[in-house]
Amino acid sequence: MVKFSDDKINKVNEIIARYPEGKQKSALLPLLHLAQEEFGNWLDVPVMDYVAELLQITPIEVYEVATFYSMYNLKPVGKYMFEVCQTGPCMLRGSDDIIAYIGTKLGIKPGETTADGMFTLKTVECLGACGYAPMMQLGKHFREHLTKEKVDQLIEECRSKAAQNN
Amino acid sequence: MGVKLLLDKAHVEGIRYFDVYRREGGYRSVEKALKEMTPDTIVEEVKKSGLRGRGGAGFPTGMKWSFIAKPEGVPRHLVCNADESEPGTFKDRYLMEFLPHLLIEGLIVSSFALGSNATYIYIRGEYAWIPDILEQAIEEARANGFLGKNILGTGFDCEIYVHRGAGAYICGEETALIESLEGKRGNPRIKPPFPAIKGAWDRPTVVNNVETLAAVVPIINMGGEEYAKIGVGKSTGTKLISACGNINKPGVYEIDMTISVEEFIYSDEYCGGIPNGKRLKACIPGGSSVPILPANLLLKTAKGETRYMNYESLSDGGFATGSMMGSGGFIVLDEDQCVVRNTYTLARFYRHESCGQCSPCREGTGWMEKILKAIDTGKGKMSDIDLLWDIQRRIEGNTICPLGDAAAWPVAAAIRHFRDEFEWHVLNPEESQR
Ligand SMILES: NC(=O)C1=CN([C@@H]2O[C@H](COP(=O)(O)OP(=O)(O)OC[C@H]3O[C@@H](n4cnc5c(N)ncnc54)[C@H](O)[C@@H]3O)[C@@H](O)[C@H]2O)C=CC1
Ligand SMILES: Cc1cc2nc3c(=O)[nH]c(=O)nc-3n(C[C@H](O)[C@H](O)[C@H](O)COP(=O)(O)O)c2cc1C
Ligand code: SF4
Ligand code: FES
Repeated sequence: MVKFSDDKINKVNEIIARYPEGKQKSALLPLLHLAQEEFGNWLDVPVMDYVAELLQITPIEVYEVATFYSMYNLKPVGKYMFEVCQTGPCMLRGSDDIIAYIGTKLGIKPGETTADGMFTLKTVECLGACGYAPMMQLGKHFREHLTKEKVDQLIEECRSKAAQNN
Repeated sequence: MGVKLLLDKAHVEGIRYFDVYRREGGYRSVEKALKEMTPDTIVEEVKKSGLRGRGGAGFPTGMKWSFIAKPEGVPRHLVCNADESEPGTFKDRYLMEFLPHLLIEGLIVSSFALGSNATYIYIRGEYAWIPDILEQAIEEARANGFLGKNILGTGFDCEIYVHRGAGAYICGEETALIESLEGKRGNPRIKPPFPAIKGAWDRPTVVNNVETLAAVVPIINMGGEEYAKIGVGKSTGTKLISACGNINKPGVYEIDMTISVEEFIYSDEYCGGIPNGKRLKACIPGGSSVPILPANLLLKTAKGETRYMNYESLSDGGFATGSMMGSGGFIVLDEDQCVVRNTYTLARFYRHESCGQCSPCREGTGWMEKILKAIDTGKGKMSDIDLLWDIQRRIEGNTICPLGDAAAWPVAAAIRHFRDEFEWHVLNPEESQR
């Protein structure tokens, strides 16, 4: 069943209290972030319905927002998502090669997930790290000044982290 | 060394924490503003400073503040625009990451000036680790009596909340940002009414960029008149420039707007020149939406005068031979770069980010991307270049928000200055394949 822990419910209430009374819908983006973190890194329909219920808004109000913003995953994604920037400034510093390299290395194309569900490769648009290009977002953090060697290391890092967690 | 007003303390060990920041003179502007000044006199100081919005439009901040409506009994809000998504721009991130207290300090003073008891920082979702840094700074400021109820015993109450976006460039446009803050899709509203009259939850709201609000701190500390003496003409104070692309030292630099573009690119104090001794080909000096300039028009204006890193000089010549200061995202292309490919990636960016409300923007950005991709990969026709020109012209000025213009301008400028490169791709399809 989709339900936040008591701890998270406190957090939900704290977030709602940041906005004027009666304007609890304003908490929608932060709550979707919270829900996505909590329920497997993507937003399944029951999860969105649950958020609607928490905010006392209609489910469609949640769907239309969840589909608008690129950070909400509407399908399951790999355990580790390599979101590599491909916009101009990164392209000038070789992001095309990095994307191709990751693709070959993992045997997937942008938008795909490895068969073991471990990695998703996604191309994204400018993340505000243009001076540290080429770069990717991995979870909460940016990985910058990417080289092929760094990519190899990152893949290893993820694999060993996953192995430890199992 | 130029004057530094924002980043002068950036390298002090531990400056991210309250105690160090305070020891270095932090939060003096809050004491001064709340105890010795009134909201009106603060607005006056900001007006005198000549500070212009650092988000890109360059609108005078003091004037904007004086426009805020004050209907009886209706709360007002200050919203800090930390959505920073214009390709090439990463200066606000630097400020928030390394000098969070400078922003919080500026926000407290500005909130007092505008009468905002609940102030929001709208930060792009991808900067996922920065809200923690900001929230820690907010907690520290509160613990030391600079936030919360009855700040410094002056009777002024203020809370600052961090609101994370979720991946949408359009939410940097202030009315889209407000929609998003209200928990909706980021569809821009028609202006006027400006947010200062009717903004978040229909209340009077001022939206300002991170850097603009940080600059309020030195303005209050030194006085608006002194601040206005720095810089040149209507480009007063200092400006953060985020430099990227083919340069030796990409990064964030604070400049006083009196240096030349040439000095900025080649001096070791700033970009440190082009790697591997290559030649400078072109530059987009103010974020991806402003016109690209070939090297000759970048370093000197069409009149043959030196071009400087300030609002007036960068736009000298209009769109025919000039560009814009914009958001300060400085993107350098060396001689080996392909302008067509670069323009294609930007067109793809704008298509991806169009909110889809206006047909010229929604359809036009898609067409431009497709045609540019075709030309870039050797599948274009000569007539495509004219078609591209025609499409961009039909978008510009025909949309609700300036994203349409932002998508059109880079394409127009690339064709204007680098038409031969487009033609080369059409004439050399084999060599253009990628
Ligand atoms: N920093 C970044 O990442 C990005 C920056 N931009 C910049 O944004 C700029 C466009 O921004 P806009 O907000 O559409 O420009 P704008 O010119 O409509 O407004 C600028 C500011 O002045 C205020 N204003 C203007 N006239 C006013 C009036 N009569 N009464 C009250 N307030 C008034 C607006 O509310 C706004 O805050 C572009 O020039 C571009 O450089 C664009 C994309 C990204
Ligand atoms: C498509 C678009 C995106 C924008 N993105 C940003 C942004 O990321 N950050 C920002 O400060 N201003 C951005 N702006 C400008 C804002 O609408 C607004 O002018 C600015 O926040 C006002 O602050 P300022 O006066 O301090 O510059 C954007 C404008 C447009 C049209
Ligand atoms: S110009 Fe584009 S982004 Fe702006 S409102 Fe229209 S469709 Fe949306
Ligand atoms: S272009 Fe890649 S981070 Fe900006």
